[in-house]
Amino acid sequence: MRIPPRYAQNIAVVLLGGATALALAALVFIIAFVMVKGMPAVNLKFLVDSPREMGRSGGIFPAIVGSFILPLAAIAIALPAGVGTAVYLAEYTLENRITRVIRIGTDCLAGIPSIIFGLFGFIFFVTVLRMGWCILSGALTLAIMILPTVIRTSEEAIKAVPRSYREVSFSLGATQWETVWKVVLPNAVPGIMTGVMLSMGRSIGETAAVIFTAGAALRLPTSAFDSVRTMAVHFYLLAREGISLENAYGTAAVLIVSILLINAASYWLMHRFISRRAR
Amino acid sequence: MKGLKNAEKAMVAAATAAALALTGCGRNQANSITVAGSTAFQPFAEKLADQFMARRPDVRITVQGGGSALGIQTALSGAAQIGMADLVKLPPEAAGLESITVARDGIAVIVNQGNAVSNLATDQVRAVFNGTVANWRNVGGDDRGIRVVSREAGSGTRSSFEDILGGFRLANDAIVQDSNGTIRETVANDRDAVGYLSHGLLTERVKPVSLDGVECKEEEIVAGWYKLVRPVFLLTKGAPSGAAKDFIDFVLSPEGQETIRRNGLLPAR
Amino acid sequence: MVVRWIAERAVKWVLIALAFSALASLLLIAVFIFKEGVPFIVRVGLKDFLLSSEWDPQAGRFGVFAMIVASLCVTFGAMIVGAPLGVAGAIFLNEFVSRRITRIVKPAIELLAGIPSVVYGFIGVVAVAPLIREHLGGPGLSLLCASLILGVMVLPTIMSVAADAISSVPNSYREGALALGATRWQSVRMVILKAARSGIVAGVILGLGRAVGETMAVIMVAGNTVQVPGSVLDPVRTLTTNIALEMGHATGLHRQALFATGVVLFVVIMILNALTMAAMKRGHAGK
Repeated sequence: MRIPPRYAQNIAVVLLGGATALALAALVFIIAFVMVKGMPAVNLKFLVDSPREMGRSGGIFPAIVGSFILPLAAIAIALPAGVGTAVYLAEYTLENRITRVIRIGTDCLAGIPSIIFGLFGFIFFVTVLRMGWCILSGALTLAIMILPTVIRTSEEAIKAVPRSYREVSFSLGATQWETVWKVVLPNAVPGIMTGVMLSMGRSIGETAAVIFTAGAALRLPTSAFDSVRTMAVHFYLLAREGISLENAYGTAAVLIVSILLINAASYWLMHRFISRRAR
Repeated sequence: MKGLKNAEKAMVAAATAAALALTGCGRNQANSITVAGSTAFQPFAEKLADQFMARRPDVRITVQGGGSALGIQTALSGAAQIGMADLVKLPPEAAGLESITVARDGIAVIVNQGNAVSNLATDQVRAVFNGTVANWRNVGGDDRGIRVVSREAGSGTRSSFEDILGGFRLANDAIVQDSNGTIRETVANDRDAVGYLSHGLLTERVKPVSLDGVECKEEEIVAGWYKLVRPVFLLTKGAPSGAAKDFIDFVLSPEGQETIRRNGLLPAR
Repeated sequence: MVVRWIAERAVKWVLIALAFSALASLLLIAVFIFKEGVPFIVRVGLKDFLLSSEWDPQAGRFGVFAMIVASLCVTFGAMIVGAPLGVAGAIFLNEFVSRRITRIVKPAIELLAGIPSVVYGFIGVVAVAPLIREHLGGPGLSLLCASLILGVMVLPTIMSVAADAISSVPNSYREGALALGATRWQSVRMVILKAARSGIVAGVILGLGRAVGETMAVIMVAGNTVQVPGSVLDPVRTLTTNIALEMGHATGLHRQALFATGVVLFVVIMILNALTMAAMKRGHAGK
C-alpha cells in the first residue's frame, strides 16, 4: 500500500515532532529536577564556604575551585599538543602513511572509555612517576582524554581557513610558520575555541578519570601537587555515601549552572571574535 | 626575530618545569602526609585530619579513599604514608606493614521499613544471602521474594561480613552496590530487599534486624555480644615516625577516639 | 636569514613531535593496560576467561562472558533509545521548524551534553528505577534502566552531530527536490538523509562509543549482578563497571583480572572503532 505523499508528510511531521518533544522533555526534566531539588541548598555561603563534617554541612568552595583548575590545567597541556598536531597534519604534510597512522591513533584514543584513562593515570602518573593524587596527575590524564577532541576541531578549523589567505601571506615573503602563526591560526581561533569549550565541558563533568588521579581531597589546593576534589566528584561521593542529599543536589545545581555559564561565555566570545574580525 | 620568540618560549617552559620540580620537592617534606584506603573510614579520617591540623598547622594531611586494598598498596609503595583498611583478615600483602587498630565498626543487616522481619538467626542470614532461602515467608515474613543486596567483591565490609558468618558464596542474582549509601537507598526503596552496612551509617530510612536476638546497637557491640564487628586498621611501612606517628597518636588519644565515637564508629578498645 | 631558516626547521620538528603525542599516549596506555592484564589472560587461558560467566574473585574464578554480553546489551539498548530520538530531533530541528527556534534549541541541547554522567546516573536511581520496579517488576536497577539513562545521555551527542551533518547538506539539494514537487518529508527521505548519511552514522557511532565506555552512571543504575541477562528487567554488570567497582579493593590476581577486563574492553572498543571507520568509508563511497 502506498501512502499518499501529503499524508506521509503529515505523519512524518507528527512522528519527528513527537520524538523531538520527547527528547527535549527528558532533557528538560533532568535539568528541572536538579534545579528544583538543588537550588534551595545554594546560597552565597554555600558557594564561598569550605565543606564541614565531610560535606554534610558548609559549602563547596574548594570543589568549585577544583572544577575550574583541573579542566583549565588539562586544556593548558592539551591545547599546544593538539593544535600543534592539527597544524602539522593540515599545513606541514600531505596525506601519507604517517598521517594515516596519526589519524587512526587519534580516533582510537577518542574511543577509549574514561575508566581506562583513570586506570592508566593511576598506574602511570600516580604510582610509577610517584606524583601521587594531585592536580598535575589529574590534568595530564584529562589532557590525554581531551587531546583527540582538540586535534579534530582544530584541524577542521585550520582547514576551513581559505587557501587564498595563505597564498597572500607566502607571496609577501612570509615563511610557513609565520603564515601559520599570523594568518592561519588567528582565523582558526573560533573553531579551536569550540574544541576547547567541548573539552572543558567533558572534563568538568568527568568523574571516573578524575577520582583515580586527582583524588578527592576536600581542601583548597596550594600547589600543582595537591589533590583536589571537583564538583562532579563531590556530588558523586555525597550522593553515593548518602552523606547529604541536599548538598549533593546543591552541588549538581551549581555544576550545571557553571556549565551553562561556560557555554554562554564561549558563545559570546566567539561572536565577539567573529564580529571583530569581520570589521 | 621569530627564532628569538621561540627561544623565549622554551625558556618559559623550562622555568615552569623547574618550578614544578621544586614544588614537587616541597611536597615530600616530612610534614605532608597522605592517608589513603578504606572508603568507610575516609570521612572519619578527614574529620580527624582537620582536628589534628587545627592544632598542628605545620602538618598537611591529605585523605584519599579508594578502598582497603588501595590503602595497603599505597602504604607499601610509599604513595601514602598511612593506609586505612577495615578487614577482619588482612591479605598476605599487608604482612610487611605495621597495623594499628584505631576503631571498630559493627555491620548491621538491614531490611525495608515495611518488612515484618525483625530478627534473624545467623544460619538464616547465611541462607538468605547465599540464596538458599528465597522467600521472606521462610524466615518469618510475608510471602514475597527476597532481593539480596551486597557490596562488591573485595570490599572490607563484604569480606568481613562473609568471614564472620563463616565463608559462604553470595547468591548469584544478588544486586551489587559499591557503597554504604547506595545499599541503604536501595533497601529503603525496595520492600523485598535485604542488605548490610556499617553500623555508623544506619538511619531511620532502613530497619536493622537483630542477629540471634542481639540488636545492632552500640552497647551490644561494645559489650562484645553483637557478632558482626570488624576492626579498622591504620597501616604504615615500618614503625610510624614523625608527623605520621603524631597523627596516629592523635587518633588513639581520648579526643580522637571521642570524635570516632560521636560520628558513629566504635572506639578501638 | 639563517636564524629564520633554523627557526623554521625547529618549528617543523616540534610540530612533528607534537603530532605524535596522541599516538604516543595511546601506545603508552595500551602498553600499561596490556602489561598488567595479558599475563593473567595467558595464565587463566583465553577461553576460560572469555567464555565463562563465573566471576568470584575470592574463589579465584574469573570469567567475563556475562559482562561482555551485558556491555553489548546495555549499549544496544541505549542506541535503541537514543539513536531514533537523536536523529529524529536533528531532522525535525533542521527541516521542519524555523531557523530561529533551531538557533535556541540546538545550543540548549549541546549544553546537555555537558551534564556529568553521575547526575544522569543519580536521576536514574531516584526517579527511573523505582518506576520500573513498581510498574514492570524486578529490582528496578536493571538492563532497562541503564539503557534508558544511557540512551538519554547520548542523545545530545547524536543529535548535535547529526544536526551538523544535515545542515551542511547544500540548500540547492533541498530546493531541487522541492522544485520537483516533493514534499518536505520526501526531500528529507530521498535526498537529505542520503547526503548526510555518513555524518549521521558518525554521530550514532560517537554516541555508541560513549555508551559502551560509560562507567559511573552505569554503576549506579545497572544493579551490577554478574549474570547473562534473561530479560531487560534483570540487573547486569558491564566491563567498565566491573573495573570501577572492584579496583579499589583488588590485590594480586584479582587486580590483574581487572586489568585483563580492561584489555577486553580495549579490544571491544578497537573493534568498534574499526567498524566505525569501515562504515564511514562506505558512507563516503556511497556519496
